[in-house]
Amino acid sequence: MLVVDVTVAILLTIGMFFMFIGAIGLLRFPDFYTRLHATGKCDTLGEGLIIVGLIIYHLFHYPGTPLVTVKLLFLIIFIFIANPTAIHALVKAAYRRGVKPWRWGEGRR
Amino acid sequence: MEVGGREKMNRGEQGFGIVVTFCIMFLFWLILSGVFDAFHLITGGICSAIVTLISHGLLVKGRGERVLPKSLRLLLYIPWQLWQIVLANVDVAYRVLHPKMPINPRVIEFETSLRGDFALATLANSITLTPGTITIFVEPGKGKFWVHALAKEHADAHLVDKTMQGKVAHVFMEW
Repeated sequence: MLVVDVTVAILLTIGMFFMFIGAIGLLRFPDFYTRLHATGKCDTLGEGLIIVGLIIYHLFHYPGTPLVTVKLLFLIIFIFIANPTAIHALVKAAYRRGVKPWRWGEGRR
Repeated sequence: MEVGGREKMNRGEQGFGIVVTFCIMFLFWLILSGVFDAFHLITGGICSAIVTLISHGLLVKGRGERVLPKSLRLLLYIPWQLWQIVLANVDVAYRVLHPKMPINPRVIEFETSLRGDFALATLANSITLTPGTITIFVEPGKGKFWVHALAKEHADAHLVDKTMQGKVAHVFMEW
């Protein structure tokens, strides 16, 4: 059980690390598009890793209810489809509205 | 996303779409509910039927050609895509944490040979999930993509190498 707990802890930590990076990127990057690069990608992998950790934890600690792991697996699949689609929708809307992409050398927006 | 391939479906194909959609919806209900008594099964059947009535045209468009080999190739494509997502995250993490923030964003456009709805959507989502690129626009008729790239090397991956376009074209058998 110790091995399982350590694995779960590592997965959760890496997942949280990437979510944290996404938050820092949101603050540091200069404009709308680059910020979406940071948040969109890091959220996808971060959430994925956290949910994988939860699946492993559930499988070994509550083996009586395997359907919960299937539901969590569905969550991962939907996040991996919905996240890039949502980023694309945001970027497209911004581009249509005429938000100019930041160029090298310009000031922060 | 609006794309061609909206030919009129004949009756047989429509029936096939309805059956497949209903089976998927009902299976999904069973997995989510996890209770297998008469009440829940009947309720699930009714709900699946309603969803099928409203949206059978969305999920399955006709019988499709060579669905099985395409699905197999898609299954082989997914692990590569997952690895690309990991690379994308490490790359973004590096650029976020680097004190000088080595980014030089640009918008690029390129044309692909892809035409199918699902192929275009897959490539668009793959581009968004791979290192340093986000899909802005897709023009389905020409298979044309506008992409926002975080730095020059990311742009070159799509303008010069074209690895991903080749892989998606291979999956959907569209060259």
